Amino acid sequence: MLSCRDVVTLATDYAEGRLPWTARIQMRLHLAMCSLCRRYLHQMELTKSLLGRLGRHPERHEIPPAVREAFRNRKAE
Amino acid sequence: MPEETFGPDTRLRDRLLAGDEAAFEDLVAANQGPMLRFARNFISRADVAAEVVQETWLAVLKGLTAFEGRSSLKTWIFHILANRARTRAVREGRVIPFADLAAPDDEALDSDMASRFAEGGGWCQPPAPWEADTPESILLRKEAMDRFQAALETLPPAQRTVVTLRDVEGWSAGDACNVLQISETNQRVLLHRARTRLRRALEGVLAR
Repeated sequence: MLSCRDVVTLATDYAEGRLPWTARIQMRLHLAMCSLCRRYLHQMELTKSLLGRLGRHPERHEIPPAVREAFRNRKAE
Repeated sequence: MPEETFGPDTRLRDRLLAGDEAAFEDLVAANQGPMLRFARNFISRADVAAEVVQETWLAVLKGLTAFEGRSSLKTWIFHILANRARTRAVREGRVIPFADLAAPDDEALDSDMASRFAEGGGWCQPPAPWEADTPESILLRKEAMDRFQAALETLPPAQRTVVTLRDVEGWSAGDACNVLQISETNQRVLLHRARTRLRRALEGVLAR
């Protein structure tokens, strides 16, 4: 049986789908019974989602002039 | 060969080779920022990093005909960038050893986490519910976001690199490992540590 400590340690392995199936089943069983660990994993998932939001509006950068020129010169070949 | 064999990026490659400047502008605009940030993982000086990114674009243009579409164009570009950044870092005598899994304060954080469990492995300091429970609601809270950004920026370098590629930029584990030249397991350890720290930073502000 997994302890809560184990669940926390394995949180990312589980989220990434990298646990062997026996451990995955034990994880699911534990989570079904333990609201505290469900809460912890939910907060880890929130953290990941929040990071994804940060990446959602990337600043648009200008092409450096030398790069634009290299592109145009290439086109002329 | 049927086009299905290759990714959609071979079509983009063809448009670029045909001189589609708008497509090239889009490609650069979308990737320049992430490339600059990525280069900074290997190169400390912003101006040198910018140079390396520029050199990378030139190399991309030169090598475009050789791109076969086996990976995405983005991954291919970042591969070139990673190689150039590493080479340049070695030349400048400053190598940030990326494979350093252990950050100086990892141990302190590990024992802090360990202290939250009783001997049998059950929680003694369980996670508290948070005031904001969705990404949207957290985004609206200035203090939480300031702390979160600060925590992200001060992550140990290897952890910051991995979590940025994986969670901010949405790269797959395979692509991240490929470009960073680290194993899947190493990558996952770094990702776990980064997410654990960031969660902790949010907890500091949001826990009821």
